[in-house]
Amino acid sequence: MRFLARRLAMLAGSLLVASFVIFGALYLAPGSALAALSGGRALPASSVAILDQRYHLNDPFLEQYGYWLDGVLHGNLGISITLRENVSTLIGNRIWTTAGLVLYASLIICVLGIALGVLAGLRPGWLDMSTLVTTAVTAAIPSFVAAIVLIGVFAVRLGWFPALSSGTGGGFLSDLRAFTLPAVALALSSLAIVARVTRAAIREEAEREHVQTAISRGIPMRQVVQRHILRNAAIPITTVSAITVASLIAVSAVVETAFSMNGLGAYLVQAAQSKDLAVVQGISLVLVTAFVVVNLLADLLYAVLDPRVKLGARAA
Amino acid sequence: MTAQELIRTARLRARFIRWPGRLGKTGTACAVVLAVAVLAAVTGPWLAPDNPTLPDLQLAWVGPAAGHLLGFDFEGRDVLSRLLAGAQSSMLGPLVVVALAMAGGAALALTAAWRRGAVDAVISSGMDVLFAFPGILLAVLATTVFGAGLTAAAVALSVAYLPYVARVLRAGALRERNQPYVQALEVQGASVPRICLGHILPNMSRMIVAQATVLFGYAMVDLAAISFLGLGVQPPAANWGVMISENEPGILQGYPLPALSAAVCVVVVVIAVNVLGERLLEREVTR
Amino acid sequence: MTAPNQFETGNLLQVSGLRVTLGAGTVLRGVDFAIRPGEALGLVGESGSGKSMTARAIGRLLPRGARSAGTITFDGTDVNRLDGRALRGYRGQVALVFQDPRAHVNPVRRIGDFMTEALRTNAGVGKAEARAQAADMLGQVGLDAKLLARYPHELSGGMLQRVMIAAALLTRPRLLLADEPTTALDVTTQAEVMAILAELRRDFGLALLFITHDLELAAAVCDRTAVMYAGQVVEIRDSALLHDDPLHPYTAALAAARPDIGRSRARLRAIPGRPLSGSEAPEAACAFAPRCAHAAPGCEKELPAATELDGGLSRCLRAAQLRGTLGVSAGA
Repeated sequence: MRFLARRLAMLAGSLLVASFVIFGALYLAPGSALAALSGGRALPASSVAILDQRYHLNDPFLEQYGYWLDGVLHGNLGISITLRENVSTLIGNRIWTTAGLVLYASLIICVLGIALGVLAGLRPGWLDMSTLVTTAVTAAIPSFVAAIVLIGVFAVRLGWFPALSSGTGGGFLSDLRAFTLPAVALALSSLAIVARVTRAAIREEAEREHVQTAISRGIPMRQVVQRHILRNAAIPITTVSAITVASLIAVSAVVETAFSMNGLGAYLVQAAQSKDLAVVQGISLVLVTAFVVVNLLADLLYAVLDPRVKLGARAA
Repeated sequence: MTAQELIRTARLRARFIRWPGRLGKTGTACAVVLAVAVLAAVTGPWLAPDNPTLPDLQLAWVGPAAGHLLGFDFEGRDVLSRLLAGAQSSMLGPLVVVALAMAGGAALALTAAWRRGAVDAVISSGMDVLFAFPGILLAVLATTVFGAGLTAAAVALSVAYLPYVARVLRAGALRERNQPYVQALEVQGASVPRICLGHILPNMSRMIVAQATVLFGYAMVDLAAISFLGLGVQPPAANWGVMISENEPGILQGYPLPALSAAVCVVVVVIAVNVLGERLLEREVTR
Repeated sequence: MTAPNQFETGNLLQVSGLRVTLGAGTVLRGVDFAIRPGEALGLVGESGSGKSMTARAIGRLLPRGARSAGTITFDGTDVNRLDGRALRGYRGQVALVFQDPRAHVNPVRRIGDFMTEALRTNAGVGKAEARAQAADMLGQVGLDAKLLARYPHELSGGMLQRVMIAAALLTRPRLLLADEPTTALDVTTQAEVMAILAELRRDFGLALLFITHDLELAAAVCDRTAVMYAGQVVEIRDSALLHDDPLHPYTAALAAARPDIGRSRARLRAIPGRPLSGSEAPEAACAFAPRCAHAAPGCEKELPAATELDGGLSRCLRAAQLRGTLGVSAGA
């Protein structure tokens, strides 16, 4: 329990500092804070006054941060310069697209990746060799490359899946179909990595001395595999899987852009291009929070699986 | 063993193991691929047969023809020339990222390993916080604030990679720090920078090279992604990531070659770097 | 002792002509010895002599890629021909205790789990009954039954080793193969564990193959001691006679090299050169000859066969000649 409390405290601390950095980005910009907020556009005096008031631009830095943080904790993330709507609303509209995509991809990675790795790890032979080669190549394929190849082959050439997904709606199955190519594109290289790590973990665990002990006592091989090899290898496998899933959060932006999906990531990029700082800050906060939370879950999972870990240790 | 002998042995160790030695067939193949890519990066703009940035819309999407092995892109430019010219920014960007990240990471790792205690704790916590920012996110933030372009993206990526590099190098630095030859040097009165830069760092050179190689792969993918998103190298400048993005409509319209050839370039170099890096890391671990 | 290749009735374990190759090297070049029921045999050798590999061969735990020739019989049955259920039954009869307990016990499972696993899987004993037996056995090795609920990392090395011994005994084996069980422990714990082993042997009538690099320890604990060098057994002798009247120059050198608290010497005696492993040993010469203080020109030309002397065995071409002259007390 103490472990959990400590990790939560560290999480809060991380987020606090991260929010500070995100907020501070405003001031790192060349030129005045006002210029950054407006994205370099010329603004009428009334808008300037509103911005001054909302962001307390005439107050000292720390107070501004305080106001901003207060707003954030109450769900107020500011207003988009370009769309003139609440950032929180804009985020809310798009968050499920991103969440669905990341979840779908995570499922593919964890189920397929681990299964493949376990099979390859337990049986040396052609399966193992071919897995090794394909994962070596696939791990190097960036998501956006996978995206365009998948579009070219499965959408344009074969027509099995739609090339561009325009948000949700239209029923669960049609959503599933629309999300499949993007999810695969997002999952592909991570799947290869998880499969490789799983295979390596299984191999390593099978060589360990405690496995020899179990065999020497006449425990049937099947049980040795389950209770000693798989159970122990589960520690590094779940850790890597969790960290890989966390990394999906940022890369989803690329896939969403490639497939013209209406998700947080794609919107983040558009906002960055149009210099809509409030939106960028808002989405960054959401993504960083998600990232940190998933990493925390990875740590917790590690602590649960490995009884040697008690207070204050960290996963990998 | 006397102090002198300790130091001499450690030095010999560093010199003897500095070159990774036999890389094996795959390792050498990857090294060759990399060498070609580096060559293209250095001489690309001069080797390119046609102008890589001048558009000629009449030739848009035309397929491979004599003297134009890969056809033309969406603005009628020769794809091969553009690939060669793009090699420069595509390879240079990751190189800068790796250089900055390794330099910064090494500095932090050495400081943390040397001072230990409170300094180490502060640096480690700082790195933990930085870990919360995935590379792409930091790059997006940076380009929003500083404007899109390779510089902002590259610097942001190196900052994002710092915690990873610092953590890995810190372990190695701590190991070296605790070796007897370091004590011997201290006893002799050598200054801290001299010990760190002249002795500890060279002894870690194999690990550094291995990590740098692996990092190059990550940096290449991330930078290409950022350019693909339109936040890195700006068109009409030639860059593999940009080429993939600007030629993506071609795939939908049945002209996949421009985008795919750029994609292949990226993937091939990344595979080469990954395999090479894995090989170097393997040898480092089995030492 | 009879000629090695004949199975002598009454021997619990008989190893004849055991050769093991691993990759390009030959680790064991023909090992012969026998253990009677309830007897303790020490197996002594330096690193590379092949003593661990011998234990693994007996326990059917050879590493992948290792090939073995020769026979190992347990209670009349050829061990290498066992498979499936019969093999598991054999494993219940021959228990192994390993050198580094921390590496050999699964760190993510509780002690109770570790100890009762074999009972519940093979003997079909129920969970509660198995735990009761485990608790009882823990008591026999001087540990509290509360440890059943703990994890391995919560126990010290010595305690873990005792747990391993207790676990090994739960299946009521008839032979215990102990591979350097006390090497990883400090001296005081060593003594405790040895005492426990001796007591358990008496209580359960266990035969013991005790592997160690410490000649004195083996001789103190075991009825007979076998000495290995470069993949072969070079001497087997009653432990009581080993120190004062060894049959093989190597044994004499080992005994002399150990610092003796009773003797004062300006310099420790070391055996010149370094120990050979089985793969480095010559095929047609005595492997120890280059380092032997008693070597004769003929020693480099012929592989010595085992000579029986005085109830023991020596692989030395000059065994008969050197008889009685090798003891420490003989002023070597």
